[in-house]
Order: sequence, then C-alpha cells, then structure tokens
Amino acid sequence: MREITYEQAAKEAIQEEFRKNPRTVHMSTDLAADLQQEFGADRIRVTPIAENNFVGASIGLAGSGFRTVANIRMATFGFVALDQIMNHAAKITYMFGGQAKFPILIRMTVGAGYSGAAEHSISPYSMFMNVPGLKILLPTTPYDVKGLLKTALTDNNPVISFEPFLLGGMKGQVPDEEYSIPFGKASVRREGTDVTVVAFARMVYEALGAAEDLASEGISLEVIDPRTLVPFDGETVLRSVKKTGRLVVIDEACQTCGAAAEILALVSSDKEAFGKLKAAPARVCGLDVPIPFSPPMEKFAIPDKGKLIDAVLKIMR
Amino acid sequence: MHLERAELETSLQAPLDLDKDSLVDLYTTMLMIRRFEERVAKEVYEGNVPGFVHSYIGEEAIATGICKQMRREDRIVSHHRGHGHCIAKGADMRRMMAEIYGKKTGYCKGKGGSMHIADFSIGMLGADGIVGAGLPISTGAAFAAQLEKKGTVAAVFFGDGACNEGEFHEALNLASIWKLPLLFVCENNGYGVNTSAEYAMGAKDITRMPEAYHIANRSIYGNDVELVYQVAGEAIAELRKGNGPFFLECMTYRWHKHFLSKGLEDLRPVNELEAWKEKCPVAAYANTLLDRKILTAAELEAIDRRVLAQVEDAHTFALESPYPQPEDALEDVYSI
Repeated sequence: MREITYEQAAKEAIQEEFRKNPRTVHMSTDLAADLQQEFGADRIRVTPIAENNFVGASIGLAGSGFRTVANIRMATFGFVALDQIMNHAAKITYMFGGQAKFPILIRMTVGAGYSGAAEHSISPYSMFMNVPGLKILLPTTPYDVKGLLKTALTDNNPVISFEPFLLGGMKGQVPDEEYSIPFGKASVRREGTDVTVVAFARMVYEALGAAEDLASEGISLEVIDPRTLVPFDGETVLRSVKKTGRLVVIDEACQTCGAAAEILALVSSDKEAFGKLKAAPARVCGLDVPIPFSPPMEKFAIPDKGKLIDAVLKIMR
Repeated sequence: MHLERAELETSLQAPLDLDKDSLVDLYTTMLMIRRFEERVAKEVYEGNVPGFVHSYIGEEAIATGICKQMRREDRIVSHHRGHGHCIAKGADMRRMMAEIYGKKTGYCKGKGGSMHIADFSIGMLGADGIVGAGLPISTGAAFAAQLEKKGTVAAVFFGDGACNEGEFHEALNLASIWKLPLLFVCENNGYGVNTSAEYAMGAKDITRMPEAYHIANRSIYGNDVELVYQVAGEAIAELRKGNGPFFLECMTYRWHKHFLSKGLEDLRPVNELEAWKEKCPVAAYANTLLDRKILTAAELEAIDRRVLAQVEDAHTFALESPYPQPEDALEDVYSI
C-alpha cells in the first residue's frame, strides 16, 4: 500500500493498461507529460481545443481497432462534445447491429464548491444516464478511481468517468499490485441501521461526516456510494432500505430529473422495499439554479453535511 | 445552385490508361448504384419501405471514382446519402436491401436502416445521420491509419451543407496539424435540403476553406467518373506517402428531393434539375465506352441485365428475410 492522490491513481490505471496494449491512444487538450514521456507523442496526443473533434476521433480510432482515452477536463466542456458523445459514441454499437466495438474512455470533472461559477461547475451525469449505450462511473477515492478506470480500459464500450473536481488532489491508500473494480458494485462506506444514505461523488464525504455527527446522537446511518451509475447496483440499495426502512439520497446535481429521483423511484416501485418504508424517502440535492460564483450563494446552492443532517432528522421524527 | 469556380477541372487531357476490365468495373459499379437506388425509390414511393431514404442518384461517379482507388483495408466514413459509398466500397447489396427494409438479415440487424448502413469488414465505418458528424470520426480513422504505418488511408464523404458545420472546420484543422492521411470528399450538389450553397456559404468557394488550413485541394466536375478516378488516384498516392490530407470538391447534383417523400417540397429550379439530368454520369460513361469501342451496345445491355438481376435478387432476399423479434430491440446496446 502507498498513499497517492486521486489523480495519480487515475494516471496509474492508464499507464498500466497502455503498457499492456500498444493499440491505445490518449487525447487531451493539455499535455499529459508523464504519459507522453513513456508512450511517445504518437499515442499521447495534445489536441486543439476542439472537444467534439477529438471525441469523434476517438470513435473513428475505436472503429478502426484502437482503444482511446479522451480527457475533456470539465463536464461543462463536455457539452461542446455532445454531438459525438450522445449521437454517435452512445448509439453506434447498437445502430450498426453490434458489428464493431467502441472502447472509449471519456474523463471529465464534475461538482462545485470552488467558485468556478456556472460554466466551470456542474454535475450532469443524469443527462448521460438518459442516453443508453454509455457506461457511467463516479469514482470517489484514489483506490476506486484506479480500479474503475482499470475496468474501463478493458471494457469494450464507451465509458464516461465523472471525477469530482475537488477530489483530484485527495490522497488515499492504493495497493502496489494491480487490481480492478467491477462496474455495478456499490460500496457500503459505513454500515448502519436507521437510515440508508445514498451519496454521490463528493457528497460521500458529507454523508460520512453526517454519520459521524449523528452517531453521537444515537442515529445510525448506512452510507452507500454507488461508484457506477450505469450499471447501477440497485440490489445493494434495496437490501439496505429493507433493513433501515428509511432512505435519503444526497447529490450535488440539480434536483429536477436527477439521479436521486431515479433512486427514489427504484425504491418506491419495489414492493418489498416500499412495504418496509417507515417514512417517505427524501433527497438532498443541488438547488435548481446554475452554480453561482459568490461563496455564500454557492454554499447555499449545493448540499452539505448540515443539510443532510436536517433531512435525516426530519424523516426520523 | 452551384457557385463559380475559377479553377474547376472539367475533364481529363486524355482517356484513362486502364485495362478494359477496370473501365468496365467503373461503369458497372455506377450502374449498380443507379439500379439499386431506382429500385429503392420505387419501393419507397409504393409505401413498402419504412423511414427516411436519401437517394444517391445523380452522384454515382463520385463514390465510384473514389472507392475504386481504395484498398479493402482503407477506411471510409459516409453520410445520410450513403448507399452509393457502400456499394462502391464493396458492400453486399442483399444485406443493404435487407437493412433498408428493417430485416434481421440486414447489415445492422434492422437497427439502423437506410441512413446507418456500415460494414466494418470492408472498411466502411458507417453512414451517419447528423450532417457533418462523420468528419471528426474520419479523423480518427485516418489517425488509426497513420499509427498503423501500413500506408493505408481514410476518406470521408460529405456535402456542401456540412461545410458550414463547426465539425467540418475542426476536422480540417486536426487533419492539417497532424498531417493525417485523410481524403476529404465534398460532394457539392449545391443544396442542403432546399437551401442553396449560394445563400448559406460565406466562403462562397469551398476550396478556400481547405486552403486556409493549408490542405492541398482540387475542385473537379464530379459527374465524370474517369476524372474523379484519376484525381482521386493522384490524391491518394500523396496520402500514402504521408504528405498529409487532401481535399477534393466534386461538383454534382442530386436528382431526387432531399429524401424520398411525396410530401417534401423540392424548391430547386426545375430547369436546373433538367440540365443536370442531361449530364447523367452513368449515361455519359456508357456513351464514352461505346465511342471508344470498349463496349458494344449489346455488351452494355448484358451488363444492365446482370445488374438488374442482382438488384432483383437483393430485393427478393430482403423481402423473404424475417423481421427481427420485437425483443431483439434489447440486444446490442452494449458490446460484451
């Protein structure tokens, strides 16, 4: 075990898989210097700031037998590439009847909380969940980002890794030896008995903080980190809700049509889980506003530990 | 309406120096596209084909001239009007027709239809329904060729309408700075649906755009298959040497409306269409081969009978093929 940052762990996943497979290409608008030093300028390309183009190029490479990584940096820049992501990457495996595989890993950061304002802060994963054909990751620890990207780099489909911006420098334990984490397996970050809290992205840490605080008041939270949104580990959530009888979902994304709504729907349409509910499920989400710049407004617009505690106390009454 | 080109190349100085079989192959391929498209149009107008079908009739010389200069391992990216590119690259008309009918035996098992035929086994990376979107994808196909270092190339087909899309400019820029072995083939038929290039294109002369990106380019009359073939050969030879991308503008005209539909209006001037029908690439080449005594009238007729029989066979195959099961809709969302 070593302690390395989230971003270093992600890079290690790419390095390990690029060493194994020479038919791999990395494209990003910023120079990935370490990668270029090891794998050369042919395979590690700096692109013009033309996100739609290099995502499209990833598709053409993939259709020609290569595996690609496209680092778009921020999810807001990812919107520039939506034609190629939504109309092409997501659909062409299906539209062409499964003739070809499109192993493409697209990385972009999500979240708010750093005064990036509306065009550098967003958590748009639910929009992508609504377009079949993409696999969607939401890694929250150095260990997870490496393990999930390792799986992404052997998967034969377009995969989007939404990586919380504020976690990029976070340090954590990562084994020396190789490992991978399968998609569709949630992580129970903390076991508990009173309330199931499903937490996305950086909100995992707010939930763990709330669990700590509430434990001293005798309230036990079970904190679930889904780790991947597509595929989604509904079983772990349902099993937990059947045990606790209460559900709160915390997500930094805007509330309307968000992934949190999907989890509430999952639980309330499962007869057994629904029957076990002791209170109406709740969600603590970002307000339906673009992310504001000024710190007091930004803090107001996104969820945190305090807002989660309020929601938990409300459904415990 | 097409815009004037100062440097438009309209004919070859001398006939192509090719053996008879190759010349006949150019003609036969164009005729296959023509007869295939005529049959599809008939069936569409009789209400037998679902969805949108964009006919390639009138533009056959371009797909033929370009693809006949390509090897099997060279890759192409097509667009919504893509049947001609498929046939010229060597796709199976049976599986094409079956796909157009939405049958399980089609290239895409009925999941794509007319606008999305692909055959990765022959380097046909797919037709694409979003105008301009094939261009970024083709830069990846050309990048793959560059990395493989086997002298292979890629070509992308698009119309004048796509040249006003941002994706077009991004692709030209990338191909230029990375010196990609990519042949840009602009099938300039003068219109995006009913909107003329004259109105929609600020650059007026399309070749000014590759020029701005330092991409070698030529503008040619696109209904002369020998001219297209010759110029494509010269361009592709440069690509194979690693000399970067090439842009070829081919002037042509589509005979049908944007897509085959009784309801869709055709706002193009009638006399313009009639004038271009006089410049039919298939008939013109038949006459050339007759004049040069490469084929007799009887041989031309025999080729036509054979092609019509192939199209009939493809159509029968499609009709007799089963539809997919409804629940087949759940398959192929992801690759294993």
